[in-house]
Parts: sequence; C-alpha cells; structure tokens
Amino acid sequence: MLKGGLSIVVLAVLASVVGPWLVDADPSRQQLALRLAPPTWAHPFGLDELGRDILARILSGGRISLAVAVVVVSVSGLVGTTLGALAGYFGGRVDEVVSRVIDVLLAFPGLLLAIALVAVLGPSLVNVLLALTVIGWVGYARLVRGHALRARELEYVQAARAMGATPFRILVRHVVPVALPSVVVQSSLGMAGAVIGEAALSFLGLGVQPPTPSWGSMLSGGRAHILDAPHLTLFPGVAIAVLVLGFNFLGDGLRDWADPKRHA
Amino acid sequence: MRYFLRRLLLTVPVLLGVATLVFSLLHLVPGDPAQAMLGEGATPAEVADLRARLGLDQPIYRQYLRFMGGAVRGDLGRSFRTKQPVGEAIVERLPATVELAVSAMVVAVLVAIPLGIVAAVHAGRWVDHTATTSALIGISVPAFWLGPLLAIVFSVSLGWFPVSGRGTLAHLVLPAITLGAPLAAVLTRITRASVLEELGEIYVVAARARGASRMRAIVGHAVRNGLIPIVTVVGLQTGAVLTGAVITETIFAWPGVGRLLVQSIGFRDYPLVQGCILFIAAAYVSMNLLVDMAYGFLDPRIRYE
Repeated sequence: MLKGGLSIVVLAVLASVVGPWLVDADPSRQQLALRLAPPTWAHPFGLDELGRDILARILSGGRISLAVAVVVVSVSGLVGTTLGALAGYFGGRVDEVVSRVIDVLLAFPGLLLAIALVAVLGPSLVNVLLALTVIGWVGYARLVRGHALRARELEYVQAARAMGATPFRILVRHVVPVALPSVVVQSSLGMAGAVIGEAALSFLGLGVQPPTPSWGSMLSGGRAHILDAPHLTLFPGVAIAVLVLGFNFLGDGLRDWADPKRHA
Repeated sequence: MRYFLRRLLLTVPVLLGVATLVFSLLHLVPGDPAQAMLGEGATPAEVADLRARLGLDQPIYRQYLRFMGGAVRGDLGRSFRTKQPVGEAIVERLPATVELAVSAMVVAVLVAIPLGIVAAVHAGRWVDHTATTSALIGISVPAFWLGPLLAIVFSVSLGWFPVSGRGTLAHLVLPAITLGAPLAAVLTRITRASVLEELGEIYVVAARARGASRMRAIVGHAVRNGLIPIVTVVGLQTGAVLTGAVITETIFAWPGVGRLLVQSIGFRDYPLVQGCILFIAAAYVSMNLLVDMAYGFLDPRIRYE
C-alpha cells in the first residue's frame, strides 16, 4: 500500500512538473473547429468545449492541484502543530482559547466553511488556499494537542524541565517529535483532502478562474456536454480520483508502517 | 442525567461561536456588501436603502445583537433577491435534502455492513482485499465525478434513470448512490475493523466452545457488539453527508438546501448564504449531540467518565 501510494504520487508529481513540456500542446490554445472532438492520436484525451487539448489541461491543472495541496498542508500543518503543542503543553487559558476555536471550526461539516469563506471573499486561488487552510489546521492542532497533553507527563520531559530546559526547547526537542509520525500520516491524508477541496470549490465555480485549468472546473465544464462528449467528464475525474487514491494509500501505508503494534 | 445535561450545556457555546462566525461572514465581503450584492450599476440611493435593510448602517454591536437575537428566534432575515424570509426558504427545501440524505445513508448501511462483516470474517483473503480496496477507492472518488459518471452510464447509455430533477423514486436512485458511496466506503472500513476486533475476543471463542455454530458466534456475538461504534460513525458522518449534499444536489439539480446555498452564492444573496450555512452547521451540531447522547445511553461507562 505504501509503495503503491508513493508510486502514484511520484508519477503524478513528475507528470505535472515535466509533462507540460513533453506534451506539445498549449492548455489554453483554442481550436474551435475541433471543439468536443473525441480522443485521437494527436489528442489522446480529446478536446474540450472550446477546442482545448484535455491532456495538456489535465497536466497543467495537476500543477494547481499539487501546489494547493502542498501549500495548504504545509501552512495548516505548521499552524496546527504549533497551536496544538502550545495548547496541550501549557494548558490553562491558552488551551481554553485554542480548544474553543477548534470546537467552533469543527462544528462546520467538511468543506462547508471553506465554501462559505470563498463565497464571501470572492473566487480566486488565494482565497481557496486561505479557506482550505482555515479548515485544515484544526485537525493537526487537535492531534498534536493530544500528544502534548500526554508528553507533558512523560518522565524525560519532566527531567528536561527539572534540568532547566526552556519551554521552547522542550516543545521542539521532546514534545513535537512525539507527535511527528501522526502529523506525517495526517499530512498525507490532508493532501488528499486538499486536492478534493480545491476540485470541489472549482467545480462549484469558486476556485481558480478560467482560463487557468483546474480539474474541478474542467468537470464542471463537462457537465453541459455529458450527453454528446462524455470524455470531458471522464479524464479530469480519473485524474482527481487517482491522485487522491495515491495520497490515501500513502497515508494508510504510513499509518500501518508507523504503528508500533505492527512491529511487535 | 447529569451527563446528558452537561453535554447539552457544552453545545451552547459552540452554537454561539458558530453563529458569531456566520455573522462575521457578511463583514468579510471585500468592500461594501450592499454594493457587492447590487452590482456596479446600482445608484447610491439603492445601496443606502439596502444597507439600511440589512442593518449595515447600525453600529456593529447592534448588528451583532440583532443577528443573534434573530437566529435564536429562527428569524434569519430575508432573501435579498426574492424577499422571502430565509427561514421559510430553507424549510421549503428541507424535505428534499432530508429525503436525499436519509436514502444515501440507507444505501450506505445496506452495502457497507454486510460487506464489512464478510471482509472481517475472511480477513486477509481475496474477499477482504477486494472489499478494503474498493472502500479506499470509494473514499477517493469525488461525488462531483461519480455523479456525472453514473449519469453517463445509467441515464445516457442505459436510459434507466432520469439525469436530474426530483419527483419519482427513479429520480432518487443516482443521487442517493452518489451521496451514499463515500459513506459506504467509510462504514465498510469501520465495520471490518470493529467486527475483526470483536472476533478475537474471548467471549466469541467461548461461544464457539459452548457449541454455538460459527454463524451464530459471528452474527449473534461479534457483530452485535461490533455494531456499537458503527452507530456512532453513521451519526458522525452526517456532516459529510450534509456537505456532500451541497455537491450532489448541484450535480443532479436536486431542489434541496445545498442547491439553495450554491444558487444564493451565485446571486450574492448573502442573507440566504448565511442562513443556509448556519442551518447546516446547527443541524450538524445537533446531530453530534444526539449521537453522543445515544452513545451514553448505549454504553453506560461513558456517562461516568
């Protein structure tokens, strides 16, 4: 599972980084005479409603998906880990505030808050990143807070404190490393979530704006042609599903790998 | 009783926080929300009029108190576009969403529980691998792809079900499967893990030793206990179902609250957007509360923690 997931993710990264140079087609070039043309040798995934090469758009849209995933996971992982560690280690008022904010944000199911935020802020890539980060950091914070609560009581942490280590040093050297394996697993699953989130927002017309290709908006464009040109819907969907599956496999594999019970 | 009361009281600050966040949404609109709603062509008089109607000309604490007071009474203001009370618009669409959500959950439970049990009983064999792999695929396939895909196969090619709309049972099939699939995938995994754990318990072995058949030991003992966490997960997945409904209703033109939300975003009908968001979040919080209470009821140990 770990290897399968890793292979898919590495392939996807390679395809979207190198792919646009290998495939000799401009993702925004329109050939109106060939609009909705089905797959051929020249255009393996066919052409879309404006006669643009779907393969080129998928490769280029992959860059957006991966970039969103990396930015969202890095920022929300960093923010969530920091706040979770502070809340769990110091407890008291810091914990009270962080925990209440987590409670409120978790009261919004899934993507709903992200949809709401982008709806009022206006559709754009930056707002998508912002919205997905706002809902994303909570998971890390809750996870790390739990680890920090337990780590606080560990003997070597108390020993470090007795020896006069600063709270900063204890957090960085002793508390966060304990939580790190779970954070890594959560990050892989978070990448899957961010890819789906970006695609869902773009599908609803709230994400990346045309003509920049995004898998979600490609699917949304395909809906009008579901009867006469199903390939518009098929290929971007496969791209999303495969990449998300890759991250999910990777996350599951990492979780099994990091599980101490497995090695016992 | 104290457990239930405490759990209920813990929900109040969360709901207050949710309402505060929803209130602030309108103030996150870049520039003047009234101008944004009316568009560039509006006269200053029209903008001023709408500002007054939305209460935007009042000091912020007044606006906040007015919003919170209204929310408590179920008065969420009026739609900017249709002038219909927001609460009324939501209630009108609610039966469609409930119908879709419940059908999706029924589909998911009917598929996932037998599949999860079979996978657990045959753990490590090909049935198990097939079930767990399809579950992971089910989690990875987004609704906004599965929906159109099902429509291509079952509506366009086979002509079995209508592509969109609501009315007959046939209209319900594809949306319910689309919305239920990810839930089924999650449930399959949980059922498998939960039943697998119970199968190894000493009481299951004891039942077999007392002469119970394999089937009876599995269904009568392991599955019965394994189902407790499954009940919770079904309840907790309401959130995913509610969010999924926003997408699924958009795909199949299903006239529910989710589609109302997406449409009102398109029209920049912010009071309606706020109302839908607040309503969905409140429904989710209430559902979680019910699940927690049911759990405390099913498992007395929880109450004394």
